[in-house]
Amino acid sequence: MALRGNLRDITITQLLNLVHLASKTGTLVVDGPSEQAYISFRDGKLAYARVGREDGSLALVLHKANKINANQYRAIADRAGQMTDKELGLLLINAGYVTQEDILLNLQGYFTEVVRRLFSWVEGIFRFENDMLPPQDRISVRLDLENIIIEGSRQLRELEQLQDEIPSLDMSLKFTERPLTNVNLSVDEWKVVKFVDPKNTLRQIANTNRLSEIEIRRIVYGLLQAGLVEMYRPVSAPVQQSPKQFPTQNKEEQKSLINKLIGRIRSL
Amino acid sequence: MQTVKMVVTGPFSAGKTQFIQSVSEIDVVATERKISSDEERSVKSSTTVAMDFGRITVDEDLVLYLFGTPGQKRFDFMWEILSEGMLGFIVMVDSTRPETFREARSILETFRAYAPTPFVVAANKQDAEDAWELEDVRHALRLDNKIKLLPCVATDKNTVKTVLLELLYSILKEMDAGK
Repeated sequence: MALRGNLRDITITQLLNLVHLASKTGTLVVDGPSEQAYISFRDGKLAYARVGREDGSLALVLHKANKINANQYRAIADRAGQMTDKELGLLLINAGYVTQEDILLNLQGYFTEVVRRLFSWVEGIFRFENDMLPPQDRISVRLDLENIIIEGSRQLRELEQLQDEIPSLDMSLKFTERPLTNVNLSVDEWKVVKFVDPKNTLRQIANTNRLSEIEIRRIVYGLLQAGLVEMYRPVSAPVQQSPKQFPTQNKEEQKSLINKLIGRIRSL
Repeated sequence: MQTVKMVVTGPFSAGKTQFIQSVSEIDVVATERKISSDEERSVKSSTTVAMDFGRITVDEDLVLYLFGTPGQKRFDFMWEILSEGMLGFIVMVDSTRPETFREARSILETFRAYAPTPFVVAANKQDAEDAWELEDVRHALRLDNKIKLLPCVATDKNTVKTVLLELLYSILKEMDAGK
């Protein structure tokens, strides 16, 4: 029976569990919201993974892990493009840049991270291709799925809880009247704070910042708990993909706005 | 409600937090701190970045937010994030620390590259005995005469207001010039 369907009906965690229990060999191909993922397994263990435009090459993995710098990565891409990952790995080991353990650990970490990204995909067509194996020029690993499955289950529970707290991404946010003291936010949280405006729905903020549904809910939940923002009734507004300097495009209104600001500053 | 943003940037300890605090109606974050070299190597997206955030409510329809950038160069990825959609920016310079002038210039050029919005430079701590004279600061920063360089004492609300007003006048002037 062809293993295919929609993530709406079966979660990634459930699929991983199935692969693990059935000791399947092959590749899970998932067409996500904006990119495609390939997760390969051998005898029920994770062998290889890549998502979107990333090629999952050894050079990319080592560059992301800061084992090689940007210049080295570019040089490898320019001059060693025809080399397989195994050949490249041997070259780098012999040259003393990395050890075999480095390579394996970093590949495992990278592949695991790819799978983690899929946990937030709640919609997407998937199919399991029994005949599709990892690319021949890439290095495979052999990673047990149990821990990844446990983490996925945990995230699923979190997503369900967050969906209860923030049921709709079509709501907006506004700042509370409480003073902001000792606010120490992550980069992603600041990205969201920057867009807090009744005109911007959570969905728009998420799209602009390329945050998944779970990520935006998690961030907003934290901001709500900290009393920095409050939910706001959705306001109909044109989609704002990037912030404009002015909330209006009308030049006279813009000037009026500046004059208002001038008046207010003078009155301080 | 409409919101607009201005960014206050400059080297570490130039007075950004105090500047925003002087006019903000809400208490401002004051969490910029010296960070050891070990931390320098591992800034990832999960690392918290403390920044300043202040607010001036104009009326029930309009709010001005003031964002103070982290001053350390390694947080420069935040500058680009903050610079999106700003009305203009202020570069603060500590007039008593010429060793920071080069960095201030670098920050200025970086922001100019991010966004072609009006800006002013505020020479802070002008009340200090060892503060450089404005014209000397201008030369040290290699600022064109057309660029507004303003004296500032971040603890003095009036000088802070002047800096903000001068930036707003520059914004108006650009609008009138049709840019």
